This record gives sequence, C-alpha cells and structure tokens, in this order.
Amino acid sequence: MSWETVIGLEVHAQLSTNTKLFSSASTKFGSEPNTQVDLVDLGLPGVLPVVNKDAFKKAIRFGLAIEAEINQESSFDRKNYFYPDLPKGYQITQMTKPIVEGGSIEIDVDGDKKTINITRAHLEEDAGKSIHDAYPDKSVIDLNRAGTPLLEIVSEPEISSAKEAVSYMKALHQLVTFLDVCDGDMSQGSLRCDANVSIRKVGDAELGTRTEIKNINSFRFIEKAINFEIKRQIKLLESGEKVTQETRLYDSGKDETRPMRSKEFANDYRYFPDPDLLPVVISDDEMEEIRSTFPELPADKSRRYISEFQIDESEAEIISSSRELSNFFEVAVESKSDPKLAANLIVGEIGSLLNKDNIKIDESKLSSDNFNILLQRISDGTISKKIAKTILAEIWETGRNADEIINDQGLVQIQDENLLEEVITKVIKSNTKQVEDYKNGKDKLFGFFVGQVMKETQGKANPKAVNDLLKKALNS
Amino acid sequence: MSIRFKTLAELKELLEKKEISSYELVKETFKNISSSKTNSFITLDEEAALNKARDFDEGKVDGDLAGIPIAQKDLFCTKNLRTTCGSKILENFIPPYDATVVDNLLAAGSICVGKTNMDEFAMGSSNETSYYGTVRNPWDLERVPGGSSGGSAAAVSEGLVCAATGTDTGGSIRQPAALCGITGIKPTYGRASRWGMIAFASSLDQAGAFARNAEDCALLLNHICSHDSKDSTSISEERENYLDNINNNLKGKKIGIIKEFDISSLNKEVQDSFEKSKKIFEALGANFVEVSMPNIKLSVPTYYVIAPAECSSNLSRFDGVKYGYRAKDVDNLEELYIKSRSEGFGDEVKRRILIGTYVLSAGFYDAYYKKAQQSRRMIKNDFVDALSEVDVIMSPSSPSSAFKIGSKTEDPIEMYLEDLFTISSNLAGVPAMSIPHGFSDGLPIGLQLIGNYLEESKILNFAHQYQKNSDWHFKTPNLGESS
Repeated sequence: MSWETVIGLEVHAQLSTNTKLFSSASTKFGSEPNTQVDLVDLGLPGVLPVVNKDAFKKAIRFGLAIEAEINQESSFDRKNYFYPDLPKGYQITQMTKPIVEGGSIEIDVDGDKKTINITRAHLEEDAGKSIHDAYPDKSVIDLNRAGTPLLEIVSEPEISSAKEAVSYMKALHQLVTFLDVCDGDMSQGSLRCDANVSIRKVGDAELGTRTEIKNINSFRFIEKAINFEIKRQIKLLESGEKVTQETRLYDSGKDETRPMRSKEFANDYRYFPDPDLLPVVISDDEMEEIRSTFPELPADKSRRYISEFQIDESEAEIISSSRELSNFFEVAVESKSDPKLAANLIVGEIGSLLNKDNIKIDESKLSSDNFNILLQRISDGTISKKIAKTILAEIWETGRNADEIINDQGLVQIQDENLLEEVITKVIKSNTKQVEDYKNGKDKLFGFFVGQVMKETQGKANPKAVNDLLKKALNS
Repeated sequence: MSIRFKTLAELKELLEKKEISSYELVKETFKNISSSKTNSFITLDEEAALNKARDFDEGKVDGDLAGIPIAQKDLFCTKNLRTTCGSKILENFIPPYDATVVDNLLAAGSICVGKTNMDEFAMGSSNETSYYGTVRNPWDLERVPGGSSGGSAAAVSEGLVCAATGTDTGGSIRQPAALCGITGIKPTYGRASRWGMIAFASSLDQAGAFARNAEDCALLLNHICSHDSKDSTSISEERENYLDNINNNLKGKKIGIIKEFDISSLNKEVQDSFEKSKKIFEALGANFVEVSMPNIKLSVPTYYVIAPAECSSNLSRFDGVKYGYRAKDVDNLEELYIKSRSEGFGDEVKRRILIGTYVLSAGFYDAYYKKAQQSRRMIKNDFVDALSEVDVIMSPSSPSSAFKIGSKTEDPIEMYLEDLFTISSNLAGVPAMSIPHGFSDGLPIGLQLIGNYLEESKILNFAHQYQKNSDWHFKTPNLGESS
C-alpha cells in the first residue's frame, strides 16, 4: 500500500526587538537567570501590559514579505493555563484577530519550486523556563525569556515530506533573518517549530489522525523527527492499529519521538479577549513607514548586483542569499572597492574559510575595514591576488591589519621594471632550450616563463608587468 | 482641637493657618484609629506617616493635599507597605512599587496612614468576605458598612480620616458611601490609572474617592485621575480641574429618572428621600425627565458573567509559586496549586472563580460570555441614548440602608442585588457618585448621580449644589464612648 504524508508547521520566531512584548525588560539571550525581568514579567499583582509597537512593525514586515493580509486592527486574547514558568497563569496571544493572515512562501526542493500557503502569523509572549536538572530535589524557574515577543507562523497542511519541511524552514529562516525580524539562531531557540504530521492512503480525501511534535530546533532534527514519525505512523496503520492524536517530543539522543504526559495538553484554555489591552490599531502612516523601510529581499538583491556591478550570476546569488554576506559585500562596495574583486574573494577564498570554521562572516576576525584595505592593495597593484589569499589566511587566524602583514612580511608586489628585467634576463639565460622551443612556436611555454619569474620573486612580481616585459624580451 | 469629622478643605485651612501641625494631625488620627471599633484598617503605617508629617511641618512638602492624612484601600499596591487585598493569599505580600493613584496622591503631599479593610479581592457588598474580619458600620456596629470598599467608607464616616481611596467594579464605592452616609465617586472607566490596582475585573475596575462632601471629592479626583502610559486602557485626554465648574447654576438642567428602576417597590423612607431630593433639585431650577433604558434589567446577570470571567483569569497568578501564600507539605506541583489556592482564597472568591471558569469553558463561552458581552453593549447604548437627552441620571444608590452583619451571607443572589442600581454604570463605563440624602431605619441612605463619559465635573456640580442646599452630609454617627 502506498501512503502520503501531510505536514503543517507552526514556527515560533523570536522577534529581535530590544525589549519584551509587554514590558521594557531586555530580551538579550544568555544573561544571568532572572535578571531581565521587570514587574510586568513577574506577573506581580496590579501590573498591566503595554504593547511594544516594534514587535508589530516586525510582524507586519514579515506579513508584507509573504504578501499576506495585514490586519491594521488586531487584538490580544488570554490563553489560560497553570504552569510555574507562566507567571500570570495565562499567556497573552492573538487568537481571534491575528496581525497577519494568509500569504505564501516559495520553497525549493532539489530544484523544484513549490508554494506553501500560510494560514496566519500572530504575536504572542513566550513563557519562562523551568529547569529541572540544576538541583537534585527541586525545579527552578528562569523568567528571563518570559514575555519575549514571538511571531507564530502557521502553515497550511501542504508540506508532503520531511525534506520539504526542511526547505520550508530554510526559506523561512532566510526570510526572517533578511527582514531583521528574527536573528534566526536555532540553537538558542530563536526559531523553533512544532510539526503536525499525519498519514493517509494516496488518493484519500480525508486527512489522517495527526500528531504534533513539539519544539524542534534544528534543520537536521526536523528532518529526522518527521521521518521517524512518518515511519511510526505507517507501521501503526499497516499493522491495523490507530494513530492517537497527541503531542510528542523528539529525543535527538535516541532519534525517536515519544508522547508527552497527557495531562499537559488536556487543557481547556478558556480563551477570551484580554481586558487589559485595547485592540491595536496600526495607522496608514505607520504602514507607510514600514513599507518605506522594507529591506531588499535576496532575489532583488541578486538582480541588482548583476546589473549594477556586473558580477557573476552565481556569485550574486550566493552573496545575496545571506544577510551577513550581502551586508559585508555592500560595505566593501560602498567604500569604493572593486565589486568584482570583492565578490570574487567573498565567494571564493572567504567562502571556503567560512565553511571550514562553520561561522558567519561577522563572527570571523575579518573586519569590513580590513577587507577594504586588502581590496585596495590589490587594486592599486601593491600586492597580487595570489598574495592576497596568503594575507587573508593570516588575517583569518590573527585579525591583524592587512597593511601590517604586507609590510612585515615584505609582500609588496615588485613593480620596478629594471628589477623585473634583471630577473627575466636571468630566467631566459638559464632556460635556453625552452626559449628556443618558444621561438619555434611552442606558445604554451609562455606560462612556464611567467612561473619561473614568479618563483624567483617569491610570487611578488606584478603579473601584468611580468607579462608585458616577458613578451618584449622573448619576442626581441 | 478635635479633628474628627473635619473636611479635607477645613483641615487644609487649619494647616495653612498653622492652627494645627501635620504631626498633631497624624498623631490624633492614630489615636482615633486605635480607639475605633469598626475594624476599618488592615495595616497601619504610623512611623512613616509621622515622618512625612514632620517633613511637612518643616516646610519640605507642598502640594494640594500636603500634610493631610488619608487612607488607601488595601487593593492599591503601596511600596514597602503590605498590601493584602483583603485576602489570606496576600497576607505577607509587600509590593516593590506604588500604584499610580497612590503615587499621584503622595506627589500631592498627602500622607498615607494605612491600608483599609475590604471584601476579599473586592468581591462583596458587605465587607464580610475580608480575611481580616468584617468592617462594622460606624452608625451601627451590628451592621455592615457596605462593600467592597467598606473600610475606606467606614474610616471616613467615623471621622478617622477626611478622605480615602476606593475602587468600584460594580458599586464598591457608591454603595458603601451610601450605607456610611458619606460622599463617594467613581470616575469614567480609564480616567484613573489601574496600574498597581490589584485586578478583580479589569474591564470594570475603577479607582475613586471617599470624602465628606463633593467639593473634597473634586479636589481628590484632581490627583487620582491622570493619563498613565503604563495602563493601556487609560484615557489620554487631558484631565479637567474638577473644582472649576462645581458652582455652575443648575437652572434649566435636565435630570433623567430611569423608567425601569421601580422606586415604588422600595421602602417608604427610601421613596420619600428620593422625592425630597427631587424637590431640592427642582428648587435649583433643574427639570426631571423620564428616560427609558430597556436593557438595564440585564445588568446584574451580565455583570455576574463578565466580572467572574475576568476574575477567574486575573486571579490565576496567585498560585503559591512566586509570592503570597504557599501551602506547606505538598508532594507535587498540582498539589501546590490546589492546596495554596484552596487554603488561600475565601468562599466568595472561589465561587466567582468557579463561575468565571465555567462561563469561559469550551462549549459555554458563546452561551454565557459572548452573550454577556452583547448585552453589555446594549446596556452601554442605553446610557449613550439616555445621556444624550439629559445632563445626569438620578437613582437611589442602594435598595435599602445598611443591613445586619450575617443577614445576607447565606444567599449570594440577595447580596448581589445590593448592587442593582450601581452595576450598570460600570458596565457602561460612565462616571457615577453617591451623596447622602436621608435616612431609613435611622441609617443613612444615598442618592446616585450618573454622568456622561468624562463628565465628572457635571455630577460633582450637581452634588455640590445639592449639598449647599441640604445638610445630610453634615450628619455624623454617634460614636458613643469613643467619640
């Protein structure tokens, strides 16, 4: 029997605002427990939430990017349940009137394009963290995360494989980071997803019973968790059993999903409009401001790089696909560096260094300023491109200034024609056989002579000058 | 010099003329409190109050209310001063911050002498649900002072303080003001900040004031009311000076009488007082018009769906985890919740949490909560229509005078009907006040004046003109030995 998989994803993107959704406490990650908590986050008696408009701007930016409908009037509801890391005993979320409805995201699966429709994206506050393993006999709570703004992006059940789910997550990741809506750091939980997975016979109109896998926080785990779940469900159905609708957790250590305690989802959340908050109205002027500061998206960037700077299409695509790389590239170009040269080095040498260390460009020791110095030195002939690669490798390790490295290691390119002529004469004299062959029409040997000159000058000779002078010497 | 029963304006004058020092005033206040039999206060703050009084006497404090001792309802958070909300669950809660209303009143120079007793979480109309004991009515210690701001009302009525704050969710200022023979006002919803007010029903709760007369209330409101960016439901329009229009002429003004409030079913003294009060306003040149508010009969059932719904969620934060009462000897999280809340809350609070949880539950939401929201809108529209025809609406504040302690505790529904006349203005969000206007069974009763949105000035004007032509607000209880 053949089965098909139906997947819908609920992605929680932590919005990169400075302060929380309803308080002025900082949202910075990694601080000492309970140091980023104000009266509101603590849920003290008498405190009231005040909406952070910045979170709305980011949510709207996302909505515009996926061509969704923006509800200029949206409202908040309370979702009631007891949990120690939920200080108020309810979570403030958008149930009835979310800020974003509809829209779609295009994904790419092995070169095939597919459109996944978005049901809605709504704002809500995150809960704190319960820590069960810090002390032997008690659980403790860290409320730093409580009240952090989340955008929950809900897809239609239109994803049909684990691979597609990963592509969807990657597309979302690229989008939210580009829009500066979320920092996209999955290891810190900034972007995490719940996957609703069900199986049905090919051709069936009705959906099968679904399970929800909670809080998956890496691309690899999404693929593994969903694939495990698909296999598990197929096995159940093929042996005549039924799938139970339930919430499951993915255990990456054992590579399996297993049910969460049933009590935790037997809740009636008793949603109702939060009486502490009036509906939030975004004016036309505010919408206009958000539109006017809308960032350039990867596809547009790529097109612009090609037409404005005449760089290779493949290079343009690689650079524009990453917010960090494109920023790095644009800073270089703005500082009057040669765009082609910059693109070439970013995609080539720098790209492989980044891959090697598995870091982002802004986490490396190469600063924009230093990169610019390097580019200038290539353009003004001080160093050759070949030497530049050596210098880059050194900067990568030490972060030292490019000019310093050039001076200290005597890497300045030899431009002096007299000096080069001396070397060339020496090369010609000691390779009489090859000179003869060359003169007899073996043109390919020209490269050999260039190589010899470079060898003699430890690679510092200006290649163009070498070319010109060699031609002159050999043809005389 | 006896300061008992002096008005705020009178005490201000005494201080200004240096006929009394603030220190003496505060000392005297605490002396009176210590001999009081009404149980009006839960927590006192004598040392801090005396220090502030000294500061005033040394010329370090100024402001409209400088040097005047007042009381705060124990529902307002007071920095470093225990705030219980009348509940065991907050028996040891010391807030790290001041409510905006408290902050405003302190900024005006007033001195907080302590926190007044109240029904637990403001749920009650008699002050009998307080964990800290029933407050007694100064006019008859066997009777209730009304609720939920019963401690504040009793303290002013007894002359312990000239002014106190209160909160009004369904009548919690107006009904106790009426039952204690003093003046109390609840401004428009959103006019005073709710920041630091421990929430009962967020869409109905509103801070206000008790004093001996309307003029003092106006002065207090000048400080209690403000726009506050910390409260999203706070009104941003600039606050008026409520004393500016207090002497306006009432000639030709229209007063609405609600057709659907059946005055004739009330006892004769209440009816007679109402008729007499009408005559006073008529003599001042005002005209009476009957207004029909067909949906006002839905007020009590509507209120008892919406208020419990909101309270069931608002009170979820009292879980024994972060602050407040935590049950001992529990084995797991669920037990911690169940025991802390079962032991920490009183019966009336539990009753309302249960009602609220029920009406919000899946399958019942549409039938109860949604319906109640709809009828609330209809009631609100009735007010908008009626108040487009008249300047103010007038009714009794409560169906009768103060009842005996214990006489209604067995029947919650009868207790809920205490707020029959007051609840609708909370549902609509309009300002309303109660002024003393006679006696029934030898106990004070109140007259309610309801105004249009943000027209606190107008009802204060009506009340002040009434008080210039009557003497009910001068009546004081006979305190026997303690007076």
